[in-house]
Amino acid sequence: MITDIQTFFRELAASGVNLTIFYDAFDFDRFVTGLGNTLLLILASSFFSIVIGAAGAAVLTLSKGPAAAVVRGYVAVFRNTPLLVQMYFFYFAVGSIMPVGQNEIGLPQPLIGSFAWAVISLSLYSGAFNVETFRAGVGAVHSSYEEAALALGYNRRQAFFSVTVPLALRFSFASLANNLVDLTKATTVAYAVGVAELLYVSNQIWSDSLNTIEMMNVMLLIYLVLTGAVVFIINRVEAAMRLPGFGLGDGQ
Amino acid sequence: MTLSSNSQPLISLRGVRKSFGSFEVLRGIDMDVRKGEVVAIIGPSGSGKSTILRTINGLTPINEGTINVGEIKVSDPKLDQVKLRHRVGMVFQQYNLFPHKTVLENVAMAPIQVLKQPRRQVEDRARKLLAEMRLPDKADAYPGELSGGQQQRVAIARALCMEPEVILFDEVTAALDPEMVKEVLSAVRKVAEDGMTCILVTHEMGFAREAADHIYFTDRGVIVEHAPPAEFFTRASDPRTREFLSKVL
Repeated sequence: MITDIQTFFRELAASGVNLTIFYDAFDFDRFVTGLGNTLLLILASSFFSIVIGAAGAAVLTLSKGPAAAVVRGYVAVFRNTPLLVQMYFFYFAVGSIMPVGQNEIGLPQPLIGSFAWAVISLSLYSGAFNVETFRAGVGAVHSSYEEAALALGYNRRQAFFSVTVPLALRFSFASLANNLVDLTKATTVAYAVGVAELLYVSNQIWSDSLNTIEMMNVMLLIYLVLTGAVVFIINRVEAAMRLPGFGLGDGQ
Repeated sequence: MTLSSNSQPLISLRGVRKSFGSFEVLRGIDMDVRKGEVVAIIGPSGSGKSTILRTINGLTPINEGTINVGEIKVSDPKLDQVKLRHRVGMVFQQYNLFPHKTVLENVAMAPIQVLKQPRRQVEDRARKLLAEMRLPDKADAYPGELSGGQQQRVAIARALCMEPEVILFDEVTAALDPEMVKEVLSAVRKVAEDGMTCILVTHEMGFAREAADHIYFTDRGVIVEHAPPAEFFTRASDPRTREFLSKVL
């Protein structure tokens, strides 16, 4: 089976379409490593950016004090500067003043490596957008629901978490899907700090095998599939959480 | 109805004033409601009727005056809101049921989460109340699957499940189709007949006339007059009341 596939792509290469990743074991390994790292970047950064977004929106809704000012400042900085600049800032500026450990053969090894910096940077960048997404979701929940909870003896905080948040989440999905699609595409920026993700390994492959055009097409296809998967998952979650008679697309 | 009028009032408002920005909605409201009484507040829209209700359970803070519910002083900055809202329930015009909770959860969640009562006991009570509201088979439905009249009866059950001493009804039939108004009014009447103290803001003059012990008429933030319904609807003395009644009756 595998030999058949390899033979097919070898013959295809002879006719001018050189997809080394499907018949050359070394290129295939590099490519799978890259794909794995890209998937890890997407999963880890999505998770942390959603946590950051939810926490930030909660602070903005419940507090008017210095905590809210900090969140607003964070959103202003990370939403309004380029991701590449932020990632360089973390990797080269912050990274250079971080403590450095040693690996087993005595060479210096930073405590936070390029992959971790990429996750931190992507999470903070995407988290800033998610703060606004969830804040808009909270704003879309009519205050009469909170009022009903207050009239039943809930305090503001309890009303927020028991009533407003579950409803706000349902208003946030469309915008959240946007942000996570954007995050999926933005993982390619991790290339710039040396994370061996898809773009990085593809660059290595086309430099060695001189199949730039083929690898470009593979990249486009893979990112289409990845973003498609992100949208599909969010749509499924949204459908599972749909409420009769409430919110967008309730079928009425 | 049989209580003597000199018994201690359960709820009393004295000189209550409230402004939204430069607009003074309430300009000195005095009101007494005794235990078991049914009081209807009527008046033109914008006259402050709903605001009066919302000041009683502290949803709208007041600028001046005092409000007492039993021994609780509502305008006290150290007010125990759980204690107040345990005693004073409210039913809203738009029902305001929680769309992400089933009917049973809507009715039972506050006593469980706020009053920390045991779940089983609260749910038994909630099912009984739903049966009394003639909704026994709707416990597991979501509010969005019910008609407006059914939702409003769930909202009444939700208020009752807190076992309050008084329930505030804020234009509870105003958002309903005419055929559903009747079912909700008969639910309100049942609550009143079971001895619950009720304060209702309503546009249903017929209902106010037969169900209320006392009618207050408000206009531009003041109570123009108050009287038992028989007297109010036949011998209203103030020209503003007479004008209003001539329009709505």
